[in-house]
Amino acid sequence: MENILTVSHLDLRIPDRLLFSDLNFSFPKNQLTCITGENGVGKTTLIKHLLNDLEHSRNQHVQTKLDRNKIQYVPQLRNIDDDYPLCIRDFVAFGIKKRRLPWNSGRIRRKIALILQETKLTKIADHPLGHASGGEKQRAYLAQALCAEPELLILDEATASLDTVSKNFLLKMLKNIMQKTDLTVLFITHDPELIAKYGDYELNLHDHTATLTKKEAQN
Amino acid sequence: MLAYPFMRYALTAGIFIALICAFMGVFVVARQTSFFTHTLSEIGFSGASFGVFIGVSPLLGMLIFTCASGLLIGLSGEKVGRREASISVFSGLFLGLGILFLSLSKNQSNYATSILFGSIVGIDKTSLLTLVVLSIVLLVVVTLFFRPLAYNSFDAQGAEYNQRFNQLISIVFLILLALTISITAQIVGSLLIFVLLTIPAQAAKYYVHTLNKMIGLTFIFVLAGVWLGLWLSFVTDWPVSFFITVIEALLYGSALLKQKISNAHN
Repeated sequence: MENILTVSHLDLRIPDRLLFSDLNFSFPKNQLTCITGENGVGKTTLIKHLLNDLEHSRNQHVQTKLDRNKIQYVPQLRNIDDDYPLCIRDFVAFGIKKRRLPWNSGRIRRKIALILQETKLTKIADHPLGHASGGEKQRAYLAQALCAEPELLILDEATASLDTVSKNFLLKMLKNIMQKTDLTVLFITHDPELIAKYGDYELNLHDHTATLTKKEAQN
Repeated sequence: MLAYPFMRYALTAGIFIALICAFMGVFVVARQTSFFTHTLSEIGFSGASFGVFIGVSPLLGMLIFTCASGLLIGLSGEKVGRREASISVFSGLFLGLGILFLSLSKNQSNYATSILFGSIVGIDKTSLLTLVVLSIVLLVVVTLFFRPLAYNSFDAQGAEYNQRFNQLISIVFLILLALTISITAQIVGSLLIFVLLTIPAQAAKYYVHTLNKMIGLTFIFVLAGVWLGLWLSFVTDWPVSFFITVIEALLYGSALLKQKISNAHN
């Protein structure tokens, strides 16, 4: 099993307390790893710390061959209210990397159309994102991240506010994309049903440490 | 009215003001930093009177003050600029400083009103040329950084993690905003520039939903306000600023009305 990112001997503290001491684990490549743990254990803080280290090329605790541009993080909270004016197509297009022109070339337009189709957003692509439902918004965030052609995709509580149908829809779509590309997914979640159904691995954070276990994903 | 050179200058200035307000206004509205823009125009006033006080040009004083504030806010995180308390403190402080510099310089006391309310019908060829050159420079920079600036403005959280050098882009934006305010304030006044940077773009977002169309419609709204305002002012001899403000407010009102009606239909 090849690993996409390895963490070794990482201590992490926030101003008033110690979150983790001597963390050691690896994320397996092309698998869906669920990151779990109690509220406040530091799941998001850990991920943000890893991203920050990679951003500044500090690699004494984090080893990966990935280029930072190939990692996409979909944050838990986004400032998108009902008034948000921009249409889904333009919002998704922000994810495109490596372009200098202010407008979209034909190749980029075709790529965006393909990703919108894959995430089932084509029909509502010209609607303002502010009017979209919770599930549609999450798919738009995912589509934006996919535009960057990531090798590692990190979803932070992407399903927390979704109903059963929408969250299963999102995860099935993700698994489908993972089969076609060599995408690795880290999924911060609290949802036992989703972990059992879709997780290939689970990284459980507890008592300042982390344990990685293999899951038998049913899908 | 086109027979008068000052009207021709004013109408030409309107085109360039509309161009930069279209691009910058759409970003300002997306970032929800309208009130910081207001503060920045007061800082601009303060800078201009500082320029008068130490005997350099008001434009230079304005550029120094607004760019320095933009840089400071950019480095300390834009959230600081959005806080209500810091907005009140800075607005008051810089207005006060502006008045101090003006009174110390004992230089034309009517200068204050000219900086605050501008004098679009009073511009000469030189100031028009300055405006045109600086606008072109600004538009070139905006075009070069267009995509990163749009990502940073419309999806702050996404850009924070997924766009490299994102903080630098925020600083570039704030400097561009400082430039916009400085180069247009002398013509339309530092109070009115706030109107042109926020209201047309706010109105446009109720009508259209793509980035390009928003910029296009904002351009039309700004230009319509400035040109119509100039014409009405020419006919009635009332101040231009008054007409421009009223026209923009009416445009915004009609956008809200349109929104209400379409909501009622759904």
